[in-house]
Amino acid sequence: MPLVFVPGAGLVPGRFRPLAEALAAILVLAVCAAIALGSAGTFAPLASITGRPISLDPAWLPYYALRTVLRMLAAMAASLVFTFVYGTIAAKSRRAEPVLIPLLDILQSVPVLGYLSFTVVFFLSLFPGRVLGAELAAVFAIFTSQAWNMTFSFYQALRTVPHDLDEAASEFRFPAWQRFWRLEVPFAMPGLVWNMMMSMSGGWFFVVASEAIAVGSHSIALPGVGSYVAVAIEREDLRAVGWAILAMTVVIIAYDQLLFRPLVAWADMFRVEQAVRQSSHSWFLQLLRRSRLIHWLSLPVTGLLDWLLRARLLNPPPHPARPQSRILDMLWYGAVLAALLRAGFFLVRFAGSELQWSDVATTFRLGSYTLLRVIILIVLAALLWVPLGVMIGLRPRLAERVQPLAQFLAAFPANLLFPPAVFLILRWRLDPDIWLSPLMILGTQWYILFNVIAGATAFPTDLLEAASEFRFRGWQWWRQAVLPGIFPYFVTGAITASGGAWNASIVAETVSWGNRTLSAQGLGSYIARMTAMGDYPRIVLGVAVMSVFVVFFNRVLWRPLYAFGERHFRLD
Amino acid sequence: MDMPAQRALLLQADGVGCEFPRPSGEPQIVLQNIHFTLAAGEIVGLLGRSGCGKSTLLRIVTGLMRPTQGEILYRGRPVDAPTKGIAMVFQTFALFPWLTVLENVKAGLVAEQVPEREAARRAEEAIALIGLDGFENAYPRELSGGMRQRVGFARALVVGPEILVMDEPFSALDVLTGETLRSDLMDLWSEGKLGIRAILMVTHNIEEAVSLCDRILVMSPHPGHISAEIAVGLPHPRERLAPAFREIVEDIYARMTAGPAPQRNAKVAAGTATLTSWLPVISATRIVGLADTLGGAPFDGTAELSALVARLSLNVAGLFRVAEVARMLGFVEFHDATLRLTASGRALAAASIQDRSSVFAEHLLRSVPLAAFIRRVLEERPGHEAPRSRFLEELEDHLSPGEAEHTLTAVTNWGRYADIFSYDHRTRLFRL
Repeated sequence: MPLVFVPGAGLVPGRFRPLAEALAAILVLAVCAAIALGSAGTFAPLASITGRPISLDPAWLPYYALRTVLRMLAAMAASLVFTFVYGTIAAKSRRAEPVLIPLLDILQSVPVLGYLSFTVVFFLSLFPGRVLGAELAAVFAIFTSQAWNMTFSFYQALRTVPHDLDEAASEFRFPAWQRFWRLEVPFAMPGLVWNMMMSMSGGWFFVVASEAIAVGSHSIALPGVGSYVAVAIEREDLRAVGWAILAMTVVIIAYDQLLFRPLVAWADMFRVEQAVRQSSHSWFLQLLRRSRLIHWLSLPVTGLLDWLLRARLLNPPPHPARPQSRILDMLWYGAVLAALLRAGFFLVRFAGSELQWSDVATTFRLGSYTLLRVIILIVLAALLWVPLGVMIGLRPRLAERVQPLAQFLAAFPANLLFPPAVFLILRWRLDPDIWLSPLMILGTQWYILFNVIAGATAFPTDLLEAASEFRFRGWQWWRQAVLPGIFPYFVTGAITASGGAWNASIVAETVSWGNRTLSAQGLGSYIARMTAMGDYPRIVLGVAVMSVFVVFFNRVLWRPLYAFGERHFRLD
Repeated sequence: MDMPAQRALLLQADGVGCEFPRPSGEPQIVLQNIHFTLAAGEIVGLLGRSGCGKSTLLRIVTGLMRPTQGEILYRGRPVDAPTKGIAMVFQTFALFPWLTVLENVKAGLVAEQVPEREAARRAEEAIALIGLDGFENAYPRELSGGMRQRVGFARALVVGPEILVMDEPFSALDVLTGETLRSDLMDLWSEGKLGIRAILMVTHNIEEAVSLCDRILVMSPHPGHISAEIAVGLPHPRERLAPAFREIVEDIYARMTAGPAPQRNAKVAAGTATLTSWLPVISATRIVGLADTLGGAPFDGTAELSALVARLSLNVAGLFRVAEVARMLGFVEFHDATLRLTASGRALAAASIQDRSSVFAEHLLRSVPLAAFIRRVLEERPGHEAPRSRFLEELEDHLSPGEAEHTLTAVTNWGRYADIFSYDHRTRLFRL
């Protein structure tokens, strides 16, 4: 993190506050100890986890939760590095851009758990006999749920750096390295932090799903909340599931208060709008900023970062722009084309030896079932949450209270709630084809709610006043005043919700309780079944077809809707 | 005043031209054949309306852009990238919002690898000089516009440039703040405390140019060129109400309106727009509003431009844009520095709200071939409708995409007001 920009880094904080200092000291020590404790297990031999299986004793939960959190942090760090490297190359290299951006678009359409299915074996073989391999596989799965949208946001920011700041940086002859850290990264920061938050919020779902990995003959349960739940499901222990839900709640709230609130409040200073605006507040950031202890501890760090910013080695004198060579262009695109053909050829051979056309037909049929589920669920969720969200959003005091709750619910890994739901379906003998469907949207419907609340909160008061002045009633009030105003927000929420639902289908269409397994017909359950059997060609086929559906759905429905909203309903 | 030629020559523009490629193949010429010099001890102003290429010229001088013809010589060497001896103050301040005042001022020194201790000392000095003491740790967003621009000045001065280049540095400030900053700057300049040897500034404000500059280069558009050079021999500080000062201001007003520029720029101004000439987006209500103001008391049909500027609280550039369109449509005429309603202009001003649109329509169809063309196409087509793209594509053969967009938007607005056709934004269709 570019802490070079720690606000007031050169300033000694105000007066000495013993209580705050003590609190800060405890927190710092606790974080250090937790990282040490949690990472110790990561480098242990694989035997250490097979020898000591997951215990359902709630006393172990804090440790499991710690491991889960660290996995999450590791994935976030990896995503950040990836974002900076990939986003920068994509934005700055004329030749790389037309390859990297479509590739990123494809990468983000592939269902996250699809990656897991065929990377586990690879990572396990990297570190045979060590926990690290399995940890890396889990971290990679979480990484794939976080990195793409962060990278997109960073790339977009690099492309839209304000012209005058860009000119000022050129005019004062910033070397590329300084331009990156003093102009481009700070400008991208608010969007990046927001996307990190969204990524994290989606990430809990996948961290839970990726800890207990079973691909073909490989079956590993990494210590963590996800594995704890997996064991609880196996033993039909509803009480243990309850404990896990409680632990996850605590973890998410702590994450929000100790990491994301401070980050968002901190990122506020990178906003380009010059107007003084109501800024986000974080008690924790306040505490850190006011603490002398933290100030002293941060001095060497900021000193080092400042030195890095100026280091001669990293700031070579700028060389004049070279003319662009047509021949190199042609060679480059030729190479890209050759690589594409080669990859296509390989895929066809790989799939052709194992798969028949009937497999393709099956996956498309199952895909359309899942598509139908996603559409119906989004419509139902919209019918429920749009009116409620508007009602809440138009009451500012209520919205203030509900909004954090909606965000919390969106972050909460819905797969922890599957067992109670499955328990009920089994008890009442409900049809899994219908009643497993709501699980897909259990976790992601909240994106619709909190986006609609945000839209209604931002709805201009004068328009509301005009609507009531002219006595808009009933349907007219919705159709002419409120719905157009919140439409862009709704679409944003619905895009996130439908993407999440596709991802969730892999774990939601096939669920188990003890030794009983419930399965709905759909592409998600197909991928899950093939993963359990270790049938790689069909995993690849299923994942590819799901990606096709997601891309198709985005292109045909969401993008046009979004563009329509932008065109007609922008309120500025 | 000394003649510039007797002083050390710092900067020289030698036949500078700048063109942008256009899809039709014929490039858009932004600047043509620019020659000027800047000598030590001088303040030179580039004065012109928006769109005359003065900001482009400034970017070429600072090395942010490269000219397509000619070159800028700084101390005899061509400028092809931002150079150490030239520093710039931006119209929009261009401060990094995430850096404090001190860090913003230091940024240029850090980029030059100046050691921290020295950078901090020099930055503190610049901050003190420009009157920002006590604000070192403030963020730009905490400062007023005037204070922000002071940071912009300190940031430019701290790197020790020989030439200070300013791009409309006071135009984003309110009148009073701008005046204070201007006079502070002039005091520091006359006392020799700025450490710079010459200033080149861009402005569209005639009075500002006359009150600050030793020489004024008047620029005219299409393509941008220097149409006049005026030496201002008045001693500093200059009294704005002094007759000598007013005389120079009025002289420049006259040159900017009736000089050779409009004829050369021709198409729009001289009332002979062709089907594909560029038109500025000026809404019909503003054109009618201008006629209305001119026709009413106290002007009664004739007004000094400077009086209109004050009355309409427009800047000169803004007034020109409206007035030129009104002239193209045949509602007003220029006489030196005055604007006069024509007979049709009087008719427009006197008409009732309902009749105004038909008076406007008559002139629109007569003077703007594109409007008449759209109308004719709509009449000829069986369904009396045509997609916007049909006209846009035609315009894009001759204009850049941005210009084509502007031109069609302008004509759409006028056509709707005149009620000669309608346009549906959702379907992007013109209809009768």
